Amino acid sequence: MAVLTAAGRRATEGAGRGGRTTRGGGRRATRVPPAVLAFVLLPLLAEGFFVFWPALQGFYLSLTKWDGVSAPQFIGLGNYREMIHDTVFHTAMLDTVLWLALFGGLSALLGLGAALLLQQERRGVGFYRAALFLPVVFSLTATALVWQAMYQPDGLINKTMSGLGLGSLTHAWLADQDTALYAVIVPALWRQVGYVMVLYLAGLKGIDPALYEAAKVDGASRWQQFRHITLPQLRSVNAVVLSVIIIDSLRSFDVVWALTHGGPYHSSELLSTYMYSTAFQSLRLGYGSALAVVIFVLAFGVIASYLVRAFKEAD
Amino acid sequence: MSVTDTAPDTAAGQDAPPAPRRSPRSARALWGTVAFHSGAGLLSVLWLVPIAVVLITATRSFDDIASHGLGSMPHSFTLGGFRQAWVDGGQQQALVNSLLVSIPTVLLSLLLASMAAFALSRYDMPFRRALLLLMLSGNLLPPQILLIPVDKLSEKLGIYDSLYALIGVQIGFGVGFYVFVLHGFMRAIPPEIQQAAVIDGAGPWQIYTRVIMPLARPALAALTALAFTWIFNDLLWAITVLRSEEKMPITASLLSLQGQYVSQWNVIAAGSVIAAAPTVIVFLRFQRHFVAGLNLGAVK
Repeated sequence: MAVLTAAGRRATEGAGRGGRTTRGGGRRATRVPPAVLAFVLLPLLAEGFFVFWPALQGFYLSLTKWDGVSAPQFIGLGNYREMIHDTVFHTAMLDTVLWLALFGGLSALLGLGAALLLQQERRGVGFYRAALFLPVVFSLTATALVWQAMYQPDGLINKTMSGLGLGSLTHAWLADQDTALYAVIVPALWRQVGYVMVLYLAGLKGIDPALYEAAKVDGASRWQQFRHITLPQLRSVNAVVLSVIIIDSLRSFDVVWALTHGGPYHSSELLSTYMYSTAFQSLRLGYGSALAVVIFVLAFGVIASYLVRAFKEAD
Repeated sequence: MSVTDTAPDTAAGQDAPPAPRRSPRSARALWGTVAFHSGAGLLSVLWLVPIAVVLITATRSFDDIASHGLGSMPHSFTLGGFRQAWVDGGQQQALVNSLLVSIPTVLLSLLLASMAAFALSRYDMPFRRALLLLMLSGNLLPPQILLIPVDKLSEKLGIYDSLYALIGVQIGFGVGFYVFVLHGFMRAIPPEIQQAAVIDGAGPWQIYTRVIMPLARPALAALTALAFTWIFNDLLWAITVLRSEEKMPITASLLSLQGQYVSQWNVIAAGSVIAAAPTVIVFLRFQRHFVAGLNLGAVK
């Protein structure tokens, strides 16, 4: 079977690739050296052991009731049925959607804006790019603590607001149910914008300048150039940014956990933090698994489309 | 906001001819430059303020912060916060733990990934593309689905609450992405180079170590910088498979520092600086590779 596929593939691929031209007489050898097979199997085994096998278990566990000590007890879709009436789950779901829209949308917009602003090679641009990019290398935990200091009642944000005559708006940002989620999004954005900017900078660099020249000759305004050249040319980058953002949003955990643990009263609870506390603090491992499956289902479309694109590019 | 407001200014700069003639146009170019620098400068300052605040807070004394408030100008300078975080707060141990996890993990996962990428990109493996995508898909899974089973798996293996558990899962989870990136890179190496080595009698291992790996160095450098920051900065896996305080990496230790030194902001800020320093150093040292790495994975 394996040989057949290889042989079939070769018929369609014109030029030979190295490695299989050695053995055999007239016909080129189809055999991949066993050592080379081991090259793939070893990493695949590591991944299978720590990722694929656990993932399958994760799906199964979502159908059980389990405290982690006694044996898991199969309850079918019981966990999912419980979700329908779980108000914390509803909050977490809503917050996750808000997070996707706000954190995702704003980091894409701000990242694109920053890339447009800093795309040209001119004096000082390297410094500006580095300034925006620097937070990308911080851990979200450190980022969270940095911003926690800023958010303190006597911290810089409230101090600045009072200084600007906005004293009435000063706030215990992280302790207030109405502002906690938004207060957590800001540091996450602060760290993400530089990353998205880098992706867009690379995309902008790939646009053929002749397109702009031609548009200018035709008398296109700056807005028209952006609308009819830049945006369409960035389509593939947009797709990448979108997938990165959605996957990052659904994975987001550190910054929320470090700042609020999902509180106060679950007001900044995301599915990821709720899943973690359900599983490892309330020790409801079955229900936690079911929450993880919900995260997976939300991410699935992105994963699938990412893989489809990768499939096209793999050759 | 300022980003979108100032965006058109770059476009204005774009119009400027490469070597502006002394004419009415140069006034416009000058205007564009001023607008650009004020917009970009303001944005950078906005981005750097939190970093400046944490650096200043870390060097203030506790009494200064207590009496003047966290948001005031500093009235003192001391490195006592760093000492407290480093020694009493256990950050020294935590930093060692982080490096003990990050360095072997980066080396091992890139070794494994480069082997797989080599085999998949340079040989007619059966199910080549399917294998590649399978491996990539493992990295795209949300880690939440793996947390509970991995937690139990490491218990069964007897490596629960040990750095080995963390290294293992970090390798398993990351390797797919590295394979994908390296595969794309190695695929672009011309087959003639490899054929020449084959004619000289080189086996797969020699081709891998002597031919392909040296040529893949730029991609490896980029991935090294990137993987190091990812693994070093991870919190979720660490608090899932580790329990003992003295085994925690720096991200988790930072959280316990926060609980232990409530409102001692100089210590917490110093801890954040310590936790961020290694990745900042890697970034400054490998800036070019680092940025290249981000693009390698995404924009092909």
